[in-house]
Amino acid sequence: MKIARYILSRFAKAIVVLLGIVVLNFCLIHAAPGDPAAVMAGEAGAADEIFLQQLREKFGLDQPFHVQLWNYVSGILQFDLGYSYRQEAPVLDLILDRLPATLLLTGSAFFISIGLGILAGAMAAVRVGSWADTAITTLALLFYATPLFWVALMGILLFSVQLGWLPAFGMETVGGGYTGFARWLDIAHHLILPALTLGLFFTAIYTRMARASMLETSGEDFVKTARAKGLTEGKITRRHVMRNAMLPVVTLAGLQAGQIVGGAVLTETVFAWPGIGRLMFDALLQRDYNLLLGVFLISSAMVLLFNLITDLIYLIVDPRIELAK
Amino acid sequence: MMSFWRRVAQNRGAVIGFALLAVVILVALLAPLLYDQSPWRMVQRPFLPPMAVDGFWFGTDTLGRDIGAGLAYGAQVSLLIGLVSTVVALAIGVPLGAIAGYFGGWLDDALMRFTEFFQTIPSFALAIVIVAILEPSISSIVLAIALVSWPPVARLVRGEFLSLRSREYVQAAVLSGLTPPAIIFRQVLPNTISPIIVLASLMVASAILLESALSFLGLGDPNVVSWGYMIGAGRTVLRQAWWICVFPGVAILLTVLSLNLIGEGLNDAFNPRLARKGR
Amino acid sequence: MVVSVEGLTVALPEGADRAFAVEDVTLSVAAGEVLCVVGESGSGKSVTANAVIGLLPDGVEPVAGRIVMDGRDLLTLPDAERRAMRGRDIAMVFQEPMTALNPLMRIGDQISEVFEAHDALSARERRARALTLVEEVGLPDPEKILRAYPFQLSGGQRQRVMIAMALALEPKLLIADEPTTALDVTTQAQILRLVGDLQSKRGMAVLFITHDIGVVAEIADRVTVMRYGRVVEEGQAGQVIAAATHPYTQALIAAVPSLIPPPPRELPVVPPALTVEGLSKTFRSGGGFFAKAREVRAVNDVSFKLRRGETLGIVGESGSGKSTAGRCIVRLMEPDDGSLHLGDADWGALESSALRAERHRVQMVFQDPYASLNPRSRIARILTEGPVANGTSWERALARAQELLEIVGLDSGALDRYPHEFSGGQRQRIGIARALALEPEVLVADEAVSALDVSVQAQVLTLLRDLRDRLNLSLIFITHDLCVAAQVCDRILVMRHGRVVEMGTTAEVFAAPRHEYTRALLDAIPGWSAESPLRRAFAQQAGAAE
Repeated sequence: MKIARYILSRFAKAIVVLLGIVVLNFCLIHAAPGDPAAVMAGEAGAADEIFLQQLREKFGLDQPFHVQLWNYVSGILQFDLGYSYRQEAPVLDLILDRLPATLLLTGSAFFISIGLGILAGAMAAVRVGSWADTAITTLALLFYATPLFWVALMGILLFSVQLGWLPAFGMETVGGGYTGFARWLDIAHHLILPALTLGLFFTAIYTRMARASMLETSGEDFVKTARAKGLTEGKITRRHVMRNAMLPVVTLAGLQAGQIVGGAVLTETVFAWPGIGRLMFDALLQRDYNLLLGVFLISSAMVLLFNLITDLIYLIVDPRIELAK
Repeated sequence: MMSFWRRVAQNRGAVIGFALLAVVILVALLAPLLYDQSPWRMVQRPFLPPMAVDGFWFGTDTLGRDIGAGLAYGAQVSLLIGLVSTVVALAIGVPLGAIAGYFGGWLDDALMRFTEFFQTIPSFALAIVIVAILEPSISSIVLAIALVSWPPVARLVRGEFLSLRSREYVQAAVLSGLTPPAIIFRQVLPNTISPIIVLASLMVASAILLESALSFLGLGDPNVVSWGYMIGAGRTVLRQAWWICVFPGVAILLTVLSLNLIGEGLNDAFNPRLARKGR
Repeated sequence: MVVSVEGLTVALPEGADRAFAVEDVTLSVAAGEVLCVVGESGSGKSVTANAVIGLLPDGVEPVAGRIVMDGRDLLTLPDAERRAMRGRDIAMVFQEPMTALNPLMRIGDQISEVFEAHDALSARERRARALTLVEEVGLPDPEKILRAYPFQLSGGQRQRVMIAMALALEPKLLIADEPTTALDVTTQAQILRLVGDLQSKRGMAVLFITHDIGVVAEIADRVTVMRYGRVVEEGQAGQVIAAATHPYTQALIAAVPSLIPPPPRELPVVPPALTVEGLSKTFRSGGGFFAKAREVRAVNDVSFKLRRGETLGIVGESGSGKSTAGRCIVRLMEPDDGSLHLGDADWGALESSALRAERHRVQMVFQDPYASLNPRSRIARILTEGPVANGTSWERALARAQELLEIVGLDSGALDRYPHEFSGGQRQRIGIARALALEPEVLVADEAVSALDVSVQAQVLTLLRDLRDRLNLSLIFITHDLCVAAQVCDRILVMRHGRVVEMGTTAEVFAAPRHEYTRALLDAIPGWSAESPLRRAFAQQAGAAE
């Protein structure tokens, strides 16, 4: 019952945020210099007049501001994200077509970075001051300072160009004609490099966080209690330090989910990964603002999804949420 | 204060950070002296590998422009945008956080919901949209970066204010009849400066990363050379001319690294006890 | 002897304020005996306890001496053997029950873990033993407690769980490091009784660390007094308290706030300085779309009059609403209901700038000497800021600050220094000077001596008493400690769950408490039973003074 209420309240909050983003989208359209209809149609000044007129009527662009806002919001509530004049397809269709690829990429990166980050951070924290700690801390520091897109390019240079181990572009081998399991393997093969490069920056963040959090938790009173019980250091770390230290990491991961989705734009652009990030880049090149805003909206929705997932993880890890009066 | 700088000087990372940053700043300042011609000018044959010709240590790009000149002038842009956007973000975040933390209640609730909202939005995507719609220029880039990076400032300042506001010396100030502005500026704000400084140095770093990513996607100011733009322009010829992409990336890496090291060093120096525990 | 510490010296890491945490400490505990190690902060009492169980923090190392148990020197044992002894032969209970349990683990699992650590019993037996242990330490509904998480338990309950864990493997030695310091006085009494019962039932040796002579008088067989890392005196508890030989021990005992109140003052009948009527404050927490808000009536219909020149004590345990009441009176918090009058003026009705202009009339002395002074301000600024904001010229305010420093017993050289250059007691004096700088009509002291060591506490109490008489202060003295209240207060008001349960002159309240809660509070104060050495010592002293 309490769990249901908790999830429901999180969900309601997500909806409110989403509505806020819709309004923000609307404001952005109006913030653009020039005719909003032209913005929605695509490149300013290049759309034909009849289409612009249609847009003006549909969104009531000659009507007062709040009416326009209402039209826009209700349109989106009916899943109408408008039409991409450039790609000659409804924006929603274009996005839904590309969404699975992005979910695969960002989801992999999300879990890789949390898993790897916690592992590396814990390893470093357990042996503070050892060479392993120094190595992990230094690596994390370096990756934390490296631009994502550059790591992607260097990855291609090393693993595709020099070593030839991993494919540099796309999600599937062009003309490979794989089916069933072989196709999944092929996709996985293509996924490694993009997911790793997208994940590395965040791995670095979580590693640093996990290490700091572990060190802080090791100083807590209950760890001393565990020691007074005569538990071995290994058990103390696993049972008492780790679990408590991971809570702030999970919180951070939730907050950082938006960054991963944003990073997908860069990763997909470099690796020609057929997701919505790449779509966003194309929309940028073609100045297809309506498509751009549509992708922005959907990627925000994705972030909310990731946030919900971290809330659920929290529910599993922290009994205080479930049982709090 | 003396012991503070001594602690900073004892931190190896911070010293390296300051040294690196000093080099970057020096290069940015001396760019017009080092390279008296515009970095946009074609000065040699295209695809010149590094060290192949005297004076062209970093080679040339696809159009025969000197990569060294791009690196030097790019430093100006990176530092400028990093600094200015951080200042703007602080100008948004500090007052919001201070008001929310000091006055609390519904105002705090409202402001924090607002902040959370901005923190939830995928910030890079928002930055892209803002720059694209406002047309790429230094000011639109600064605005976009500031708009996506103020929330952590607001949260930090709010947290500090919240805890300091219930601190007994602040309550004593309330009781002695000081006005809210006097309390905020004389009692609370001075005690939040150190975490703000630490955060600011890390924010300059992430602003530089953001700017490079924007210009990598072609959203840089078309009138100035930036490191991200150089990488973006070179990526199609990565297989033939690795140096076009590699050097600007290293430049970004070193600059950002130096700022992160400084931020961490300052943090350790501000909180000597915590730092010792972590070592 | 179960354990004997011989000539123990423990080094502190380089850069600490002294070289050794403890030096040449010798003590021993026999089976069935309670040894109290008593001392103020920095005496090295906790370090000694942690050295015995082998839980010294990194960098704090024993450099000389022996700790002998079962004929073996613990300091020379390999780590694995020392670990195996922890929980099995030596167990420990800590000071802070709120943080000593893992927040993410069920109580039952945390108790069973003790057996698991030593490979004792099967999983089912562990559970059964955990259940009997929880019963033994007197926790209600043991089945439910085992399934509970720490956050669902009160501080006293958590400390019982800690004791249950410590007793699990029937250790020969139980170390208790200030186990009741963080608890309310009635809870403390229960825990002390529990430790005493269990100890005599099992014949354990108990090494009990405390700063409180009252606790020593209550439970100790023998006592070791420590100061600056050295043992200054040791012996039978009764003997040491009745006839301490070392001047420090004597001072320590003399500083104990007595349960026997000093003779009452004669106060002239004058109109009240402060009138409080029907004061109420309710806190609401949580709440929103999906959760019901929780309401706590922190202060519930509190009324009293404070006469000019009078000191009124507000006494209660945590959650009694005493601090909230204090905060409402100084207008740091807005009461929901009730009226406040300063003389004839409606103090409760003032708002914003009108309130700010009048704030100087009611001032407060705070609890925490480390948080009550702005670390970035010099003392001169701390003392003059208020008067200057109220229109006094800076020169006059500074001259007054100098006077005030003298009044509170500091020299005027303090003006140019920063708070961190002063000790806790000195900071508290500065805090008092700051409050006095505004020449308030009413002064509220909120737990103003609670964070201080006993000897410093006694000095600050003396100062307050002195100021009260010299400046004819109208003082509200908020405290959790009845004995402390008795030292300065003319009248005492006892609060519980937000309500006033008793109000009367100090002599009345102590001699013939009318409410059972007041009686329970008085009975719970450790060390004052009829035949206690402490009571005898103080009775003698009082007799000698007359």
